[in-house]
Amino acid sequence: MIEIRRNNAAYCKPCFVHVFREQVRRTIARHDMIAAGDRILVAVSGGKDSLALWDVLLDLGHDATGLYLGLGIGRYSERSRVVARRFAAERGAALVEVDLERDYGFDIPTAGVNGSRSTCAVCGLSKRYVFNRAALDGGFDVVATGHNLDDEAATLLGNTLRWQTEYIARQAPALSAKDGMAKKVKPLHRLSELETAAYAFLRGIDYVVEECPLVAGNTQLRYKEAMNAIEAGSPGTKAQFFLGYLERGAPLFATSDDVELRPCGRCGQPTTARFCAFCRARAQVLGERLGAPVEELELAGELAEEVMPAEIYGRSR
Amino acid sequence: MKLRNPDREVEVAGGRTVRAILDELDVNPDTVLVIRAGELVTHEVRLADVDVIEVRPVISGGAS
Repeated sequence: MIEIRRNNAAYCKPCFVHVFREQVRRTIARHDMIAAGDRILVAVSGGKDSLALWDVLLDLGHDATGLYLGLGIGRYSERSRVVARRFAAERGAALVEVDLERDYGFDIPTAGVNGSRSTCAVCGLSKRYVFNRAALDGGFDVVATGHNLDDEAATLLGNTLRWQTEYIARQAPALSAKDGMAKKVKPLHRLSELETAAYAFLRGIDYVVEECPLVAGNTQLRYKEAMNAIEAGSPGTKAQFFLGYLERGAPLFATSDDVELRPCGRCGQPTTARFCAFCRARAQVLGERLGAPVEELELAGELAEEVMPAEIYGRSR
Repeated sequence: MKLRNPDREVEVAGGRTVRAILDELDVNPDTVLVIRAGELVTHEVRLADVDVIEVRPVISGGAS
């Protein structure tokens, strides 16, 4: 049994699983996220959201291949990889594996030490970069990520507190393909973190419960705690905030999102600058020169559709 | 009764609802799954002294 307070309802196990899947199915249809025959690349971390998403997409009959990116964060990454592989094996699903160290010469802990950006910032931009490249190289039609309602509400909160209008404008459940950027969708964006956790648990999915060791006390967590404190007193606030933004706020910010993308001078991936954020971050971590000075503020303008809290401006602590 | 979460294990008095126990521990019920014998329990369920409960946080600060 599980209670969902904002729905003012309690569900038995089979009903909850059914309702969860239905919500995802409708969300996909409502935002034209996936066309018939689309090859989907699901970004899989081994956590509850990405595995719940992959599980639902497979059950809905979609062609969904997982992509796991090894971040080099010690035992946490080792366990995450094992969990992702096991899920794929059990479901008979394909899993693509990329490794940051093997394929790009650095890992996240090293980036946190050698670079000026926080580890969360480098992790985020590395993931987005790798997902996009893998989608284009592998001929996938769409990248799906497991962002849930709590994630989106916290991100919107962080960006609104600092009036990052370009980021706010780009926060959407579905982003069309453009200029070398694959289509990106977030089918779980209407579901709370509690619901995705409950779904994963009730489906008997073995997921990584423990947190990334580098995350402790980061900005995203503080925003989530703040939102949950408000939610405790006023159930439904997270949904009203983020889903209400999509309906009534997004149109007001639309004109802030005019960026011109061109190929990175080093790798060819889309960027608003001469070199993309990933190449610049990587060069800084490895002590290489790309031929252009690395600017923090340039990076901020760079982070295409995703939005990140204060980490992008430097170390969070 | 025993409460477990990824970081620690505590003993608390049973004979109360899940809600009351979470309240005492200052845990926001929306941020955890409460698991007893492999099943989710809801907030009004009354727990006994002999019960062993996992209080599993669901909030993630990074990728999940």
